[in-house]
Amino acid sequence: MTALAIKGGHLLDPAAGVDGLKDILLKDGHVVEIAAPGKLKQANGAEVLDATCLTVAPGLVDIHVHLREPGQGYKETIASGTAAAAAGGFTAVAAMPNTRPVNDSPEITRWMQAPERGASVRVFPIGAATRGSKGEAINDFAALKAAGAVAVTDDGYPILKENIMRETLAAAARVGLSVIQHAEDTRLTQGASMNAGPTAFRLGLRGMPPEAEYGLVERDIRLVGELRDARVHLHVAHTSTGAAVAAVRQARRNGLHVTCEVAPHHFLLTEEHVCMYDTHAKMNPPLRAAADRDAMIEAILDGVVDAIATDHAPHAVHEKEVEFENAPNGITGLETALGLSLRWLHKEWKMPIGRVLSLLSAQPAALLGLKGRGTLAVGSFADVVIFDPKAEWIYRARETRSKSRNTPFDGWTMQGRVRWTISEGRVVYSAPS
Amino acid sequence: MKRKIALLFYESSTRTRTSFELAAKALGADTTLVSSLSSSIEKGESLKDTGLTLRALGAEAIILRHNSSGAPWLLEAETRLPVVNAGDGMHEHPTQALLDLRTILTHLRPDVVTVDAQTLAGVTITIVGDIMHSRVARSNMMLLPRLGAHVILCGSKELLPEVAGLAGPGISIERDFDAALHQSDVVMMLRIQAERLAGLQLDLEEYKANYQLTGPRLANHAPKAVVMHPGPIIRGMEVTSGVADGVQSVILEQVKNGVAIRMAVVERALTAGGAA
Repeated sequence: MTALAIKGGHLLDPAAGVDGLKDILLKDGHVVEIAAPGKLKQANGAEVLDATCLTVAPGLVDIHVHLREPGQGYKETIASGTAAAAAGGFTAVAAMPNTRPVNDSPEITRWMQAPERGASVRVFPIGAATRGSKGEAINDFAALKAAGAVAVTDDGYPILKENIMRETLAAAARVGLSVIQHAEDTRLTQGASMNAGPTAFRLGLRGMPPEAEYGLVERDIRLVGELRDARVHLHVAHTSTGAAVAAVRQARRNGLHVTCEVAPHHFLLTEEHVCMYDTHAKMNPPLRAAADRDAMIEAILDGVVDAIATDHAPHAVHEKEVEFENAPNGITGLETALGLSLRWLHKEWKMPIGRVLSLLSAQPAALLGLKGRGTLAVGSFADVVIFDPKAEWIYRARETRSKSRNTPFDGWTMQGRVRWTISEGRVVYSAPS
Repeated sequence: MKRKIALLFYESSTRTRTSFELAAKALGADTTLVSSLSSSIEKGESLKDTGLTLRALGAEAIILRHNSSGAPWLLEAETRLPVVNAGDGMHEHPTQALLDLRTILTHLRPDVVTVDAQTLAGVTITIVGDIMHSRVARSNMMLLPRLGAHVILCGSKELLPEVAGLAGPGISIERDFDAALHQSDVVMMLRIQAERLAGLQLDLEEYKANYQLTGPRLANHAPKAVVMHPGPIIRGMEVTSGVADGVQSVILEQVKNGVAIRMAVVERALTAGGAA
């Protein structure tokens, strides 16, 4: 593989504590040298990317995406989903197991990572916690891990039975895997399609009460505490309620290994965005009340939140062009996460760019134990995003690389335009000039 | 040439469908009825495609009754036709609220010709029963306070969540039926929407004890109130036969007003599109 030298850029690698003008040399899929501008020693013959006035950072890591393969290639394929990831600056994505069939086996886990899938960036499958995600029989976690799974979850089919969840946490801990829970007590959300409250009442829609989320988070945290095993790691997916992040905050104070992520739509939008039944504002967990949205911002700023994850959930146009109650949950997110995070967390709420990037790379990579990702220290994978941090631009859903365009952020102003994305040394995205 | 109006009904209906049909015909328009049974909807055709098909067949407006809240907005967005909401899920039933207003005005403000924000000042209207699942309740609680009325919502916690009181200005909750009746100029009874209870179990005997409008209750607490009901009424459940047929009841007058109100609404829909 040819070498690639990125010159003249501002290297921002929070995990390595680097924040300054540096040239960086990539070779054989890894970072081999970092030096002051013009001082690379091994760059002879290397292809050069001119990153003058651009920020060079570790490729972004999204630990919550739905790539829809196997089984639902009309919504997204691994190829199209990872192309969208690359366009958004992501070089690693963790794919949820709610495929058709459910990814509950080493075979499917390996299939998702096979070169034939045509992935632009690295795909890390997350295995189903239970057979068919039915919440009854626990899968062989050692076999899933050996096949490449980086965590286990039943995602949209949360594990409600206490004994099954306890056993899942214990079994995953024995093989060193994290357990991700989509915290929703589905007994409280039957037939519901948005957040419970005055807006749902006014629209004549059944509501999902916040306690359906935080009640299960509190239950799971209690189980982690009862297990008394330092290897147990519970990761709460897409927290959306103030009470849920408060529970995570308290669990951490009590010394438990509990982490959480927040999706951009949950720190930017509220239930009011459902407007007159906009199905692009329908997702699960739902957009919540303004107080919950504010709690997400606060939790991100004060450090309780470990990662920004998109919950990229593509759906075909015809699937969203239906009655609100009948529309599937979810929105795309891979192409808008960086632009929204910089526009709002950095520009509006004054979070340093390094911290924003850390939430989008170093921290999620560490959370799932993705070694050599989320940093550009010498020896790391050559996963790089190069972007113009000052550039403001308008996101157009029709220009997406994803197969789907179900986003509420069509027409929104983004900050930070990706110029190149490099995955293990290969340029996988190059902005149209 | 005759104007063409499609009635698209995903739920059964007697009053609303018939009165819309009569209203359209009285305006000289042709109507066609498509119902979810006995149409391609049964075969899985989407609301969007059904709407586009009706438009291709020449429909200039669609009157929609649908079991999903918000369906009229979807149909309007996809067909760009005037869509009249004839009831959507638990959300709204605007023409019912308009005919209810017409009926209330006849009895309480017989001399009023045009309405404003003060027309119903000092008037208290109590809506009783299954508020949670009622589109009639939502439309009335949004409309009547805009004319100055005070709306009291009355019912049990299962059928009347506290958030209902936050739906808009001029709305309050009173769970004691007798206390609510005592303040009421108008009492609007609602049917329990069995088809929308979604597994909710109700003790019907307890319900009747607390919220059935009986002759003695009416005589004791609201002997002068106007008694309304959007229908269909379930005699012996939310109202006794004696009350439904009694002198304070205006239930059939509501039905009758439905035709005139719907004529006005259909005429507006046909002229809104700009087509001649």
